[in-house]
Parts: sequence; structure tokens; C-alpha cells
Amino acid sequence: MPGFDFSNYNRNAALHAQGMPLPKATSTGTTIVGCIFDGGVVIAADTRATSGPIVADKNCEKLHYIAPQIWCAGAGTAADTEFTTALISSQLELHAMSTGRKPRVVTCMTMLKQHLFRYQGHIGAYLVVAGVDPTGTHLFTVHAHGSTDKLPYVTMGSGSLAAMSVFESKWKAELTQEEAVELASQAILAGIWNDLGSGSNVDVAVITPEKTTLKRNLIKPNEKVPKQQSYKFARGTTAVLNEKIIKKSEIGRYVSVQEVPLESDKMEVDS
Amino acid sequence: MAAMFSQNPLMNGPHYATTDAPKTNDFREHRFYPYTDNGGSTLAISGADFTVMAGDTRHTSGYSINSRMEPKLFKIGGTTADQHDATIVLSVCGFAADGNALRDQLDTICKIYRYRHGKAMSANACAKRLSTILYGKRFFPYYVHAMLGGIDEEGKGVVYSYDPVGSYERETCRAAGAAGSLIMPFLDNQVNFKNQYAPGSGVGHNLQERERRPLLLNEVETVVKDAFDGAAERHIEVGDSLQLLILTKDGIEEKFLPLKKD
Repeated sequence: MPGFDFSNYNRNAALHAQGMPLPKATSTGTTIVGCIFDGGVVIAADTRATSGPIVADKNCEKLHYIAPQIWCAGAGTAADTEFTTALISSQLELHAMSTGRKPRVVTCMTMLKQHLFRYQGHIGAYLVVAGVDPTGTHLFTVHAHGSTDKLPYVTMGSGSLAAMSVFESKWKAELTQEEAVELASQAILAGIWNDLGSGSNVDVAVITPEKTTLKRNLIKPNEKVPKQQSYKFARGTTAVLNEKIIKKSEIGRYVSVQEVPLESDKMEVDS
Repeated sequence: MAAMFSQNPLMNGPHYATTDAPKTNDFREHRFYPYTDNGGSTLAISGADFTVMAGDTRHTSGYSINSRMEPKLFKIGGTTADQHDATIVLSVCGFAADGNALRDQLDTICKIYRYRHGKAMSANACAKRLSTILYGKRFFPYYVHAMLGGIDEEGKGVVYSYDPVGSYERETCRAAGAAGSLIMPFLDNQVNFKNQYAPGSGVGHNLQERERRPLLLNEVETVVKDAFDGAAERHIEVGDSLQLLILTKDGIEEKFLPLKKD
């Protein structure tokens, strides 16, 4: 039976009882949103990943591929969103091949919620699931404990309130694709400016019955300011305390060497 | 007290959900916690005949921004409320309410000193007094990392930095607050030329350290701006605006420069 390895559980519980803190996971203290428009759905995300108060990644990708026409925006523990979406993506692909049909968004959402519910919230994935399938356009949110929502516009993550304030003041029932992209971007920007867990750039994915368009870094409002001066050190600034030169002919004394003919016997790779 | 602002994550409170924390007994007392952390960073560098003090103006609690323009640097001991003739600057980082209370208290003391003695308080007298004020609240401390900047009686720039309960030291350069640990190593390298050697001056351990010289005012301003731009890139509590105060024998010049706002 595949799954998680719990063999360190007892050791870690003992360490924890002695006061050792848990290791800190990279979290995507995030703003993610989704919005349905006439003829498709758009999802968007910021690109900041944090570890406590430190910015771990200034330009990470929070829009995850599930199927060609189903995409997922993830908030919460970075590893959990990454692995959960990859796992469900894989299962959904196999499901699609065995049924010979295009995967449905409800199927994806159901698999996600059943997986997350089984782990009682310990898998910290908070997701916005969006896509177009033969039954139409769909937009869901899935919480780490397994609850789901189906709404025309959704926000999640630490910047969800900032983003929702934009939707609640500007959203209308009939939106064109361009209007939906603009609205979703504005919602993400509200999170970027007003939520400390969100920042950097705006990523957008537009899903229509014809195709999916990933607009990576659609808006880059936080370009790094150039340094006032160069910090290049003069060669020799760093002290060299000792030096040892190993000649190529003597390298066999340190590592095992096997001569490989240059062109013959090329490694076999998938073409 | 050093443990209060320790960089050791093990000492800075639980980094796990409190519900998962190991339980020692079944009773949970109701607690009132009077301190909050309002983030931000400050920085001070003293030169041959000037002192530069800087701080960002973002005021936070948790993941929220309370204000994008709430300065942490205060002119102290002028004759009037606008502090136009002040000669000393106090910077406070940590709990902003305590910072304001400390600033008010020190300013009042400086004003009373001026009234009684008919002259402004010297930087080193003010520094000693600040230490006394902080230690006066030894068992309910002002939750701040304070710094005092001025010009000493020989006309040289001075910076004093304090821990929350009044231990203080005169320093050439200090970064404090949320991104203090990010900025300080940069300052060691760029202001005190630490870990820099004169190329070709010797072999191995005989290599000579790069000659130290006091930085010029424009060099200090450059380093300060770059330090804060860097801190704003990597620390979520640093940003919005950079408040720069330049202290010389002629008075105090104040500048505000933009920082990243995300």
C-alpha cells in the first residue's frame, strides 16, 4: 500500500515532548483567486513563497497543471500543494485513459477532497480548482480538511480577504475574457500590496473549451531596484589559507576513474 | 535579556501550532500579553564628523500593514515640539507603542535638562540617561531595540545601541529589528571591511587585512540605501519608505526615499 512513511513518528514525538520544535516548512502565504467568465474560467496567483518572515522564493509558480483543461492554484504548505496536485494529476490521467474520455473537473475536485479528508488537514493544501470539460466550465475551492465550495468567484490564502474585497466591489455576472483576466489580476494585486504573505508578480491561467493559456508573470510590478554601487571585490580579496593542486594524471588517487570513448557508445535516451 | 531578541529560533517561541505543543499539565491559565511586534528595521552608522540613522516606515502586525508611513526615528531634546534645533536622534524598533512612550519620556527629560542647565544635553549624557530609563523598567521592559545618534563633544559622529533593559555600547555601526540579522553582516563587510584582505599583500595567514578608513557621507548613504533595498527584497516586514536622518554639526537633515511596497 503506497502512502506516507511514519517510521520516524515515535522518535519525533519523543523529541517534540522534550521541547524540540517541528521543522518549518516553506509556506506559500499566498493570494490565489479564480473567476468564471462567459466562455471559460480564469485563475490567478501571486509568486511569493515565505518561510516565517523571510521571502524564500520571489518568483515561484503557484498555478499547477492537473490536465490540459484543468488547472489548480495552490496555497498553504508548498510541498503539499505541489505533491497533492501532481498525485491527482497522475491518477486523473490514468482515469482518463481507462475511460477513454476527457477528465472532468468534478472528478478532480472529488479525488482531491477525498485525499485531503483522509489526512484530516495534516496535508496543508488549500486549492482553487478550475477547468473546462464536456459538462461545462467549473470553479471550486478545496480546503485542507476536505470541504469544498462551488462559486462564480473565489479567493484563498492569507491574501484572500484583500482579493475578495476587489471581487465584492467589482465583480459582475457577465464578464468577457479580458474583463475576467483584469479582475483576477486586480484581486491578486490587492493581495500583493496589502498582505505581507503575498508579493512579487501576477500569474494568470485562462481556460477555455479550445485551449489553456498560461500567462506567467503577466504583471511584474515589483522589479528589483538597481544597486547604487557595484559590490564586486578585487581579485585576491578573500584570504587563501592553503592551496593544493591535483594534477589530472593523479586524479585516480582520489576518485575512481573510467575512461569513456568520446563519441562511441552514447547513452540511451528517449527520443 | 539577550535571549529576548535572540537569533536562535529555538528561543523565539514555539514555531509550531500551540495546540500541538507538548502539554505539561491539564490547567491553562488565562494570560494577558501586553507586547506586540510591529516589525521593521533600523540602522545607524557613525562617521568622522557625521552620523547617519535610517529606518523603514512600515508598521505591521502579523501579515497586515497598519501604516506605510509610521517613522521609527525621532529627533530628541529640541526647544520646541517640531524639534527644529534638536541635535540627538532616537531610533526604536520592536514594539511601537513602547517606542513612542520611550521617546516621549526621553524628550521630556532632555527638555527639563535644558531648562535647568540652560544648554542642550550632550550625546553621551543622553545615552547614559536612556540606559537608566530602560533599566528602570527591568521587570516590565520597553520591548524595543533602541539606538541613539548624535555628535560627541569632539565633533565626531556617535552611535549608541541598547538592549531592551539598558545594556549599551558605543558603536560605529549597528542594524536592528526584523532584518537586523540580514543587514548586519553586510555592514561588517562594507563599513568595517571585515573579511576583506589586501590582494597580494602576503601568503596564507600573513595576508594583510584591507586598510580600514572611515566612510564618507555619500558612501554611507549609498550603503544604507542598498542595505534597505536588499532587506525589503527578502524580509516581508520591511518596505514602503526609508527614513534617513543625517546628523552633522550644522543640524539634522531628514529625507524619505521609496522602498518596495509589496
